[in-house]
Amino acid sequence: MAKRFSPSSPILLDCLKAFLIGGLICCFAELLTSLFSKTQMTLEEVKALVLVVIIALTAILTGFGVFDKIAKHAGAGTAVPITGFANSIVSPAMEFHSEGYILGTAANMFKLAGPVIVFGCGSAVVYGLIIYIFGWY
Amino acid sequence: MEMFLDICKAFLVGGAICVIGQLLIDLTKLTPGKILVLFVVVGVVLGAVGLYEPLAKWGGAGATLPLTGFGYNLAKGTKEAVAEKGLLGVLDGPLSSASVGIMAAVMSGLIVSLFARPKEK
Repeated sequence: MAKRFSPSSPILLDCLKAFLIGGLICCFAELLTSLFSKTQMTLEEVKALVLVVIIALTAILTGFGVFDKIAKHAGAGTAVPITGFANSIVSPAMEFHSEGYILGTAANMFKLAGPVIVFGCGSAVVYGLIIYIFGWY
Repeated sequence: MEMFLDICKAFLVGGAICVIGQLLIDLTKLTPGKILVLFVVVGVVLGAVGLYEPLAKWGGAGATLPLTGFGYNLAKGTKEAVAEKGLLGVLDGPLSSASVGIMAAVMSGLIVSLFARPKEK
């Protein structure tokens, strides 16, 4: 799975593609945010819904094998936005399906997302402890 | 018009963050998995020291959609939880603020794995 994010083409072209595709994904999310804001939803609900829509779209595109084709060109452009996180869960879920639901799909889902959650939430706990001890909240 | 400007800002900020990730992939030996972890932790740290807040205000989805924004969201949620629940918030805040993203990805992963089969390589 890691190999597909590591193309060996020239750096400048890689960066340009990452900028354009990553930028476009964020544009789409901003557009959704603007559109959903016109409804009666609160800002918190709008942000959550945008997140869910982007993740669901990523899952569908991953299912059809389209995401991998885009990711091959985009590099960090699709890996760094939340699309990369969603893909890192959906992709092994599909791939290890043949090994069964429990030890295949479910066990392998968090192969890449697990570290992200462990270190992300872990550092947030450290931050929480610091502000609790010093009363900075 | 304001909407158009917001979208342009999201494009610039989101694109720029992705370029940083791409440079890390191309120039260092870090694997993408490590880069994702790095981005989230950097997001938590920047959120903690208050540097990400202005970026998120200016860049909108361009700053919140990348994984650094995910980290920023963790820091923000933890701070709110600590303010509300005290010491319990230290453990309750982080995962709670990430739950929507994680569960959306897990459930869509489960559903997709029911229908889709990986392509032969």
